[in-house]
Amino acid sequence: MKFDTPAGANPIDRLKVVGKPTDRIDGPRKTTGTAPYANDWHDPQSRLAYGYVVGAGIGKGRIAGMDVSRAEAAAGVLAVVTAANAGKLDRGAFYVARALAGPDVDHYHQAVALVVAETFEQARAAAALVRVDYVRSEGVFDLAAAKDTAVAPKAGPFVSPEAKAGDFEAAFATAPVRIDESYGTPDHAHAMMEPHATVASWDGDRLTLWTAIQQMNWGVRDIAKTLGIAKGNVRLVSPFIGGGFGGKGTILSDAVLASLGARAAGRPVKVSLPRPLMFNNVTHRPATIQRIRIGAGPDGRITAIGHESWSGNLPDGPPETATEPTRLLYAGPNRLMRMHLARLDLPEGGAMRAPGEAPGMMALEIAMDEMAERLGMDPVAFRVLNDTQVDPENPRRPFSRRQLVECLRRGAELFGWERRVAKPGQVRDGRWLVGMGMASAIRGAPVMRSAARVRLDGRGMVTVETDMTDIGTGSYTIIAQTAAEMMGLPLDRVVVRLGDSAYPESPGSGGQWGAASSTAGVYAACVKLREAVARRLGFNATDAVFEDGQVRAGNRSEPLVRAAAGGELVAEDGVEYGDLAEWFALQTFGAHFVEVGVDVDTAEVRVRRMLAVCAAGRILSPKAARSQIIGGMTMGIGAALMEELAVDARRGFFVNHDLAGYEVPVHADIPDLQVSFLDEIDPAASPLKAKGVGELGISGAAAAVANAVHNATGVRVRDYPVTLDKLLGGMPEAA
Amino acid sequence: MKPFTYERPGTPAEAAAAAASTPGARFIAGGTNLLDLMKLQVETPAHLVDVNGLGLDGIEPTPEGGLRIGALVSNTDLAADARVRKDYAVLSRALLAGASGQLRNRATTAGNLLQRTRCPYFYDTAQPCNKRRPGSGCAALDGVSRQLAVVGSSEACIATNPSDMAVAMRILDATVETVDAEGTRRRIGMADFHRLPDERPELDTTLRPGELVTAVTLPKPLGGAHVYRKVRDRASYAFALVSVAAVVRPDGTGRVAFGGLAHKPWRVEAAEADLPRGARAVAEGVLAGARPTHENAFKLKLAERTLGAVLHQARA
Repeated sequence: MKFDTPAGANPIDRLKVVGKPTDRIDGPRKTTGTAPYANDWHDPQSRLAYGYVVGAGIGKGRIAGMDVSRAEAAAGVLAVVTAANAGKLDRGAFYVARALAGPDVDHYHQAVALVVAETFEQARAAAALVRVDYVRSEGVFDLAAAKDTAVAPKAGPFVSPEAKAGDFEAAFATAPVRIDESYGTPDHAHAMMEPHATVASWDGDRLTLWTAIQQMNWGVRDIAKTLGIAKGNVRLVSPFIGGGFGGKGTILSDAVLASLGARAAGRPVKVSLPRPLMFNNVTHRPATIQRIRIGAGPDGRITAIGHESWSGNLPDGPPETATEPTRLLYAGPNRLMRMHLARLDLPEGGAMRAPGEAPGMMALEIAMDEMAERLGMDPVAFRVLNDTQVDPENPRRPFSRRQLVECLRRGAELFGWERRVAKPGQVRDGRWLVGMGMASAIRGAPVMRSAARVRLDGRGMVTVETDMTDIGTGSYTIIAQTAAEMMGLPLDRVVVRLGDSAYPESPGSGGQWGAASSTAGVYAACVKLREAVARRLGFNATDAVFEDGQVRAGNRSEPLVRAAAGGELVAEDGVEYGDLAEWFALQTFGAHFVEVGVDVDTAEVRVRRMLAVCAAGRILSPKAARSQIIGGMTMGIGAALMEELAVDARRGFFVNHDLAGYEVPVHADIPDLQVSFLDEIDPAASPLKAKGVGELGISGAAAAVANAVHNATGVRVRDYPVTLDKLLGGMPEAA
Repeated sequence: MKPFTYERPGTPAEAAAAAASTPGARFIAGGTNLLDLMKLQVETPAHLVDVNGLGLDGIEPTPEGGLRIGALVSNTDLAADARVRKDYAVLSRALLAGASGQLRNRATTAGNLLQRTRCPYFYDTAQPCNKRRPGSGCAALDGVSRQLAVVGSSEACIATNPSDMAVAMRILDATVETVDAEGTRRRIGMADFHRLPDERPELDTTLRPGELVTAVTLPKPLGGAHVYRKVRDRASYAFALVSVAAVVRPDGTGRVAFGGLAHKPWRVEAAEADLPRGARAVAEGVLAGARPTHENAFKLKLAERTLGAVLHQARA
């Protein structure tokens, strides 16, 4: 099915199943421990062996010598894989770090060996016997120090190194009201619950991986390319994934090493990354330094807006695209966005929940708060004034749907924004200084080609198969809702099978594209199945109404199940997208409102309440969507107040490489978070008129918290996280 | 984790004897810290002596009017004990400020006293650390040190003691009771139980090899207002940047000790005389000779301000 004009009326609009706040259909399997995650695969017949990864103990250099003899001689050891015996290895097409070091070590905890043994304990014990002699070399580990070496990054599908409109420099120089500030965001860890894990099994030259990755199509492509085998000989299975946040985009060292270990041992091998390796062995969200310049007239209208971002990465690695949201969020005729990329020898920087928007909005939305303060304007009113309904770089390109102003106004009303005292440091509640802050939210709504297969069987059950993944987001549920709606069935008549590369190809979970894309593919397949059903039952497909398990047209009604009486009906289709994204800017919008308390003595910051109002097309499952938004808000609170991979710039690694050292919010940090969705359908977005929400919730959330801290204390922190040490100097004299 | 042998003796003396007779032996109780360290090979005991069967899990009154807390009393049970909550509230509050409910269920009184530092370099066996590998150097000195010590540190080590419970026990003047392989019993005051790192940071305490902690005794109740205040970046489940334990009498006199500042619970008795004069005066004495790094110098101001808040709360 081609989707190249905005969607008209279709069966989804009935909203008998779609749009209802249903419980997730995979919930019982998860709560009863019967949902198999990658590390749970145990086939008693397969003589599974276990691999343990040895990570490099230096940040940069080379391996001068390795002694694996003691490991090889240890109890239960079947094989030790190193660069010396692994054979030629390529890299995938997405991540740039090599899965196995040798002789060069490119970053800390890059794998130098995999020890395979009969048991996990034997593999772990033997791994500690591998002796490596390193020769350290000078590495570049400090972004601030490397900033001046940064260059323009290569353009790519996700990277626009520079974007301009008008004459920014001239307009900024002459603007009556200006700010020009620098902001810093640190490296962030995905810190998902489930570690990277893979069970690899060879059958001749055919490889099966039970693994935990978000995009099966990328995974197949990348493992085939890395190992130099045919894509057709690879099968990936990821039915359940315990969180990814972009950290499991495609195959990583666990998959490559499990494959090599299984080949070496001649048996299936399970490899999961131990938690301490999950911060330096794999990818993270890169730190940024951002400079934002905004010029406005005394009336508050922005005349010039400039956003530059510096980030670092391994050679060939992409930049953090922090300037991206500024291209579309606010009006202003004179614009300059520019990315700079430095070479760093830290672990690979990669996508993490709302790459670009998350760190970019952390800076931009503080800058907007500062600008509003300088103008003497209310921060909400300043943003409303500078709304745009067209792409500011290309005013002939409208937004498909843009309700930012509505989000801002509704949020201000629901939150009681009018009670905010504009002058900072004025509100006291016991030992707390209390402040309110807000920020806008924007995140792209990309859609990608996605396919599915649907079956109607003789019991009247519909089974959906697609290689879409569910990383905890609710994919199972919204796909079931889509099929149920299309086929006129209740939810419990639909079975959903996901996460197997043998199923029709989807774009997987990432970039907030999963929900809209995968349900579109299911929609297309269901349209075909409806046609097959109509043919079988003697209806004209365009007239037939599928409802309550019946197919009706005119005065005739037949049970749907009768269509499969002569055998299962199978239909497969997908959605291909035309150029709607060139005609329309497709984005999701929101507004965050936060109240914080800052302890007057210790400067500890605690969020007291928080609200997000979101406009993101049709909300397929309000319950799952709310969970996505509050998850993003929680991650935003973490980014605002505590999350930071601490760089040891001398030794070249992230020091706090476990969940005790890398702090993410705990329950006690998160008050009752409120989410409100505006009624919206976006016919240009997808056949379901839906957009994703998985990343919208984090966009702007951290800045809203930081702005609230400023309102509470009068201290402006531009270097995240906003920890108490950065506030203490500006707190009132001790009692 | 390295392979190890294991035994579960029936009496404290047998346990001490077992530990003394096997080189590289360690006691294990809740295992909430030791097992993590064994998985990382930060700790590599050849033999584990499981002390969970020793019956040291009671809390009983002492003839002096205090309490004797068995070494194996869980942190949960100790914090919930009615006598502790009433007469030693600072101890109960300190315990509840630490770890999580699940960990407190497993963690024991002696184990809490003996937990190792959370310095990140101690946890990474690829890095130099004098506490883990004597003589290898200290990576934290010029590394990531925001959480680490500002007083009592040495050129060899700037680790902090992570315990909340120990800070409360320090102001309560608790006494640690031990037994050794010969059956000799010893009583060690909390002031002398934990060490400063000096040139031997591998030694956290003054316990001798094989010596087993059997109990901690508390003297008779002090009265006064009991406050424990823990300051951290998140609201729960984090080690203290700074913590303050205080017992303050109505006349403003009292005791105060700090966590998060040093290799041991940090109490300077001489400075307590200044308590009626307020936090600044006390902090000057408590923090005299401090040698913070550029990353943790904020702890000096934070300690003073937190103490100010605690004294305010105690008087309220």
